[in-house]
Parts: sequence; structure tokens; C-alpha cells
Amino acid sequence: MRALCWYGKDDVRVDTVPDPEIVNPRDAIVKITSTAICGSDLHLYDGYIPTMQKGDVLGHEFMGEIVETGRGVTNLKKGERVVVPFTISCGNCFFCQKELWSLCDNSNPNAWMVEKLYGASPSGLFGYSHMMGGYAGGQAEYVRVPFADVGPIKIPDGLADEQVLFLSDILPTAYQAAENGDIQPGDTVAIWGGGPVGQLTIKCAYLLGAERVIAIDQVPERLAMARNQGKAETIDFSQEDVIDRLKELTGGRGPDVCIDAVGLEAHGMAPDAILDRAKAALFLATDRPHALREAIQACRKGGVVSIPGVYGGLLDKVPFGAAFNKGLTFKMGQTHVQRYLQPLLEKIQGGELDAASIITHRLSLDEAPDAYKTFKARKDGCVKVVLKP
Amino acid sequence: MTEEQKSAARGTIGVALAGGALGLTAYGVYRQVRGQKAEEGHSPVASVEHGEGNKFIRLVTINKPAAELYRYWHDFTNLPRFMHHLESVEILGEGRSHWKAKAPLGQSVEWDATIINDVENELIAWQSEEGAQIANAGSVRFTPAPAGRGTEVKVTISYAPPAGQIGVAIAKTLGEEPSRQVADDLRRFKQLMETGELPTNDRQPQGSSPLLTPTGLLAEATSEPK
Repeated sequence: MRALCWYGKDDVRVDTVPDPEIVNPRDAIVKITSTAICGSDLHLYDGYIPTMQKGDVLGHEFMGEIVETGRGVTNLKKGERVVVPFTISCGNCFFCQKELWSLCDNSNPNAWMVEKLYGASPSGLFGYSHMMGGYAGGQAEYVRVPFADVGPIKIPDGLADEQVLFLSDILPTAYQAAENGDIQPGDTVAIWGGGPVGQLTIKCAYLLGAERVIAIDQVPERLAMARNQGKAETIDFSQEDVIDRLKELTGGRGPDVCIDAVGLEAHGMAPDAILDRAKAALFLATDRPHALREAIQACRKGGVVSIPGVYGGLLDKVPFGAAFNKGLTFKMGQTHVQRYLQPLLEKIQGGELDAASIITHRLSLDEAPDAYKTFKARKDGCVKVVLKP
Repeated sequence: MTEEQKSAARGTIGVALAGGALGLTAYGVYRQVRGQKAEEGHSPVASVEHGEGNKFIRLVTINKPAAELYRYWHDFTNLPRFMHHLESVEILGEGRSHWKAKAPLGQSVEWDATIINDVENELIAWQSEEGAQIANAGSVRFTPAPAGRGTEVKVTISYAPPAGQIGVAIAKTLGEEPSRQVADDLRRFKQLMETGELPTNDRQPQGSSPLLTPTGLLAEATSEPK
């Protein structure tokens, strides 16, 4: 089959690779009909995530048609359309049973690698490095889905791929980010990052009762999308001081909820962001937490900092004193995707949520290497790329 | 990542640790283990307490009742399903069993073992019989975790690799930290008990661009323009 493979920093290629096969009883093989490039794929593309190997198949946002099931999968039939969560979860362990799906105890066969880094391993992920399981991803024609009896959600007829594809990751991620904000009536929510997750978080924040949403980015098309689609106010961080502007917009209080939808590769104009780049280049720090620092600094006393943006390693100069003395609450982590599938599907069906509107680029799988370049450079108004194998 | 790569990744520490045990003779450890049995037979973990051999304790919490875990473990023929260094265990009757483990260079090591303590749903302890090439003893204890959080499983293993050339070969070729093996075995036990299978990324599709060389230099030189 054809699949997008990682070969190093800024080097992904469409290769011919062996077809996946059923290995375990609870596996299914899905023929992919739509797959997307995630902002977090750029962390792989930029070489920020350790334990990648040349030839690894990328992609963790995908959907398709069941073509084969292991003998342990009785709830799915050949030909059924499914969206597959990017988190692989067994459904049996303590964490899955508590609906903490992304913390599944059993799905990462390389858990020992992560344990050395983090003390314990989260769930396995599709196409996201060997320490996260080494599972081949879904920017391909076919994918093997472990624990297929508990992960994938069946898609009713009448819904197009694009309407539901983002149930695989970014829509639940955005929803969880807003939910983690514990939004109260009257709250102002500030969101760092106008990428795909940021754009959808705007919508979810309003859905969960935000009074105002303020989006922060520097790319004109992204700021425009946040204003036009999301009905958010916007701050261009290349033009204005973010913290001053947020104070100005909130009567001096600061936003009640601050959401970092940027993660470990923040860009910024401030001196700390420039220093971060230098330190990361010299391996003195691994992550560049500029957005997180600003979120902590801007957040009103007693507010919530919600972090859907991915972090992987060590953060330098995080203003923990500010966080402590302002009594902030932090909520973070990979998304418990399975928890949100059904409720969000219903919101899509009911017309409450339109995730497809953020798609700016529709390409074939063969064009994926160029798509990565365009997405990374935020060129050509690129917010979200969907690939057709 | 293949099993070989995983082993290689962990190799360095393993050689150092296994090497430390080479001065011991199998007989010495065996004598020690036997001696304890007589003195401390009433103690649930007596067979692997104290001693000069290598001893490891590893714990895992499994989301299943103790009785179910005990039953599965008690049938020693199940052990090779999650203890990957074991080839087979054969039940001989009256608490005795015959164990066969993988050894370097396609060889295998075999020994007989006896159950020396057995408390239903709580504990199983065993040790190798006289004449074992690698004297070893082990116990597994099942304790209910608080508030219905499953069962805490504690495994204690002690062993002594044979001295001399064979011991050196085993240490070098296995090249793994034995405590790491026990931890991996326990994780697989948990996975098997909780999910009914062993999650794996084996037989995954992976690209192998023909341009790649082991050093990657050719690939760098000839890959598409950036």
C-alpha cells in the first residue's frame, strides 16, 4: 500500500510499504477514506519528538471502512464506516474504566521507554513515535486498529467524511480543552493558537457558555477565521503586547480561562521566546513554552489554565510563582477521545458544531510531503489539510 | 521496534548486573535456598529471602480479582505466554514441574522445580530442585488493592547464573537486566489478564526507502529537494 513515512526532520515521503495485517484478536483493518495532518504531526516533522525511526508511518486522524476484523471484534462488520480515536485504549484497565482513555495502562507495547521519562506510560498512539507505542499511523491506504472493539465509532449514513473526520482527535481535543476550563456564565476565555485545535476550541468554548472568546495568533488568515467563523475577538501577537491587551479587554482582571492550544513549539516576539529557540537549538531545554508563560501571566486570580497543546519534555522559566500566588488551576493531558465521540457526533448531527469549516486544503495522499511543507510554513492560508488516499 | 532492538536497547545495564552474579556457583545458591526451606518453610516468601544470588522484587496492580490471577498463574503451563524467556513448563505432578528456558546460541536451559508454598488466592512460591544449571526461586503474592482497584501482584525472583564460560556467554548474549525482564513479564501478565491479549506493534508496515543506507548519507544526498 501507499503510506506517508517519516525519514527525519523536514523529510517525509510517500512510500510503498507492506499492507497491515490482523495480529491480535481485537484488531481490525480499516481502509482509509479520509485522513488529516495534525498540528502535532508538525512536532514530528520538526524533529521534536524522540524515538522516531526512519520509515515510520505517520498519521493519527483518520477514518474509513472496516475491511477485516479479528475474532475478538464482534461489534464491527465489514463495510461499516468508522472514525478511529487517535488514542489506543483497551477498555479494561483502571484508567479506561474511569474514562481516562488516553491514560490506558495496556495499549503501549513500549511503555518501558516512557516510564523512564515520565514515571508511567500513557496510552499508545497511532503514528506518534516508538515511545508512544510504535504503531503505524493512518496517513496511508490501510491501518491496523488495535482494540477495535472499544475505540472506533460507527458513522451513520448521511454524514460526509469531512463532517465527522475530526472526531478522531482535534474536535474532542478542543472540546476537552474547553471543558477543562470549567467555563462559568460570564467568563472570558482566551485561546493561544489559531491552528485547527484553537479554531475548534473557540466554537466549543461558546458552546459551553463562554461570554467572550479571545483568540491569539499572528497569521492573518487564522485571525480572520477566528473572527469570521468563530466570532472571537482577536489579538495579533506580532503587533500588540498580549498581556496588556488582554487586561484592556477584561477590565484589568485578565481572562477567567486561558487555553494554551500551541504547545511545545511556540513562536513569539518576546525575548523569552527568542531565548527558548536558542536553548532548544543547543539542547538546553526541549520545549518552548512561550504561550504557556503568557497564559499563566495573563490569567485572572483563581482562574483556570487549560493545556491541549502538546508538551514532551522539560520546560524552562515557567512562572510557577505567579501560578501559585494567583491560585490557578491547571488541567492538561492528551484527549480522552472515546469519552467525547458519541456526544460530539450528536452535536454534529444536530448542527450545533461544524468542524469541517476549518478545512482549507484538500489533497491526495501523494501530495502529503508538500502539504506538510505548506502547513508548517502556514502558507497559503493553510489551517487544516485533509488527504484522500 | 523488534524484540532484538528492545533487548539491545537495554543491554548495557543487563550485562553489568548479570556479570555481578558470575562469581557465585549454582551449588552455593542452591544450598542457601534449600536451607531456608527447612528453617522458614512457614514464611510465604521464605524461598527467596536473603542470600547471595540476584534477587528482584517487582510489583504491578491488575484490574482483576486475586482469585482469577492466582488460578491463571497456578497453572504453570500458562507462564510462557507472558514470560518470554520461558519456552515451556511441564507439570510433573505433586507440585513438581519441568521448566525449559531460552539460552544463548539457540540452546536452552532446563530444570525441575517444586512448589514450596501455596496459599489459595494469595501466594505461590517455587524453587528449582537440586542439579539445576541456574538455581532459582520465585514467589508471587496476590493482595487486593484498596477500594476495588484490583489486585496488587508482587513477584520476587532470585537466581544465580552458572559460573565460568557458560555464565559469561549467557550474560553477554541475553544482555538484559533480569529485573527488567521480570518487570516486562509482569506487564505482559497484566495485559493478558486485563485485555485478553498482548498488545504489540509487531508486523507493522514501515517504509524502507531504497535510497537509505545505514549511515543515511546516501539518503541525505539523493532525497528530494527540501
